Amino acid sequence: MTDAIRIRIVADQIEQLFQSLIKRDYAIFGPTVRDGAIIYDRIEDTSDLPRGVTDRQEAGKYSLASRPDQALFGYAIGPHSWKKYFHPARVKLFGASTDNGVFRILQEPTPPRQPTALLGVRACELAAIAIQDKVLLDGPYADEIYRDRRKEAFLIAMQCTESADTCFCSSMGTGPAVPVVAADITLTEIADNGNHWFLAEAGTPRGGEVLLELEHQPAGEADCLQVSTAVAAAGLQQKRRLDTTGLREALQDSFDHPHWDEVAKRCLDCANCTMVCPTCFCTDIEDVSDVSGDHAERWRRWDSCFTTSFSYIHGGSVRSSPKARYRQWITHKLSSWVDQFGTSGCVGCGRCITWCPAGIDITEEAQAIRGTVNHGNT
Amino acid sequence: MKKKPRIGVFKFASCDGCQLSLLDAEDQLLAIADAIEIAYFPEASRTMAKGPYDIALVEGSITTHHDAQRIQEIRRQSKTLVTIGACATSGGIQALRNWRDVDEFIRVVYASPKFISTLKLSTPIAEHVPVDFELRGCPINQFQLVELIAATLAGRRHNVPTYSVCIECKTRETVCVAVARGMACLGPVTQAGCGAVCPAFDRGCYGCYGPMDSANTASITKQFRILGQSDQQIARAFRGFNAWDWQFRKASEECEHK
Ligand code: SF4
Ligand code: SF4
Ligand code: SF4
Repeated sequence: MTDAIRIRIVADQIEQLFQSLIKRDYAIFGPTVRDGAIIYDRIEDTSDLPRGVTDRQEAGKYSLASRPDQALFGYAIGPHSWKKYFHPARVKLFGASTDNGVFRILQEPTPPRQPTALLGVRACELAAIAIQDKVLLDGPYADEIYRDRRKEAFLIAMQCTESADTCFCSSMGTGPAVPVVAADITLTEIADNGNHWFLAEAGTPRGGEVLLELEHQPAGEADCLQVSTAVAAAGLQQKRRLDTTGLREALQDSFDHPHWDEVAKRCLDCANCTMVCPTCFCTDIEDVSDVSGDHAERWRRWDSCFTTSFSYIHGGSVRSSPKARYRQWITHKLSSWVDQFGTSGCVGCGRCITWCPAGIDITEEAQAIRGTVNHGNT
Repeated sequence: MKKKPRIGVFKFASCDGCQLSLLDAEDQLLAIADAIEIAYFPEASRTMAKGPYDIALVEGSITTHHDAQRIQEIRRQSKTLVTIGACATSGGIQALRNWRDVDEFIRVVYASPKFISTLKLSTPIAEHVPVDFELRGCPINQFQLVELIAATLAGRRHNVPTYSVCIECKTRETVCVAVARGMACLGPVTQAGCGAVCPAFDRGCYGCYGPMDSANTASITKQFRILGQSDQQIARAFRGFNAWDWQFRKASEECEHK
């Protein structure tokens, strides 16, 4: 791109971004503090943002702390992922009614949907969205529910200048830097004392249009250098990493690895990891009918490889032990996902590590298998 | 017209809360009354028609000789027997006496202990007769009960999940109180069904629905210790409404005997 739009916006003016989006009829979703965490929800203006708040994360632990500065996006990521907007946790597929003793599917009009703008999408999350796009849109059977929600969404990325202790996007090649074409707008926040500003770059024409409406200054070389240095520092800060070389094969060869028994002792089978994972997409279908028997509905809801019912077929569960279920999750995520979709199923966001009530760490478990795969006992 | 299925609702040692859940299902009550014949339901109606019953809904645990005989008769009279609630399914909160000397309780509590005839243990229905389905909870969730009735009437499989409360918690977007607040939450080992009410109100799960289908009580015990819970506190956490369920019982006894 020859005339890329790259501007500098004073933090106090970022409110104009909201106005510009609202004027275009977008419903804005972004970070806000609720119940001791930074979650994603509908937001109206900058006062909803987690100003001066950061997150501390480790395996099985999360807390908020105040920051010395007034940063609006000075945290890593929280328990929610954007998948809840594109791939809802529960969605009605159709309703049916009896008509002279015959069930007929009701043609219910889909209510018009207000276009959504997602504000504060991290690099790993953009990578996760790209993975779900591949899984749910590519191929002959696109998921309509996902497509309808995803296609009009306006994405405003936010590069990280700090990482949480659970982040490992660097080693997964998914962050912390955002490829500028991955979003409509990419922002980076610099909250130096007394000098609080954003670098804003447009990745699409509509992103450019929005940006040029905001009060701004041209971004200089020094500004861009400061931003790229800060983003690179976030990558260097990361304590965790996942060595993916040969991981696909190592997991394939480890069906009987003794380490699975060790994880199974700790794993609660609670499914939290799959619920918080921004790429996990598995669902179950539920048919319900009312007492009269005249009305029925079909619902789709998130399910997980950690439930015994998920692999239940005639005669029982295919993956009947906790060990088999944990093995399925990590092997699919890091190995067979590559065969299916040409990419790892993990973007290194670290959510499954933080939000596992048993503090199980996917990077450690993968390493335990990988590091010993040809040596038998661990 | 097809003959309506006959339902009987029976009570043993319990607080009546689960039967009330049926009466609370106001929106659906007329439809239910329309679709079934309530043949026996002393809590709600004077009709006390004799069996046989197509479906028996049984609330409460067995605590007396008389009840131990009565449940045999109900089983004989019923095609399908469904227990409703923690008392019927695992012995209820009254099963706490199972670890103590009941005779001493009787001496302390009652003015004329000689009139009291009771068993040493409070036990679930399934320890006495075969049970076709156990609907969990203290109390049960009225929507699950209506769903079970609707599914039975339609001859379809019910949607009563056996996975953890955590899935409901995440579905309603509650921030995990175990991870974000360091609370001891039984959600990961407890069966869903309540809609993850307690974590949504800043409490750890109390385990009202009993163990989920692959409850790892040893791991959650370890986690509770990491969160600073004493063995006594952990034993108490497992000794709630489902104290006598064998998995929770084993977990609580392991803490007690440490
Ligand atoms: S597997 Fe874990 S670290 Fe990887 S994308 Fe999913 S939640 Fe994030
Ligand atoms: S790995 Fe952790 S979050 Fe996932 S099912 Fe096991 S205990 Fe739950
Ligand atoms: S609050 Fe409890 S029930 Fe909810 S996800 Fe956390 S551990 Fe599970």
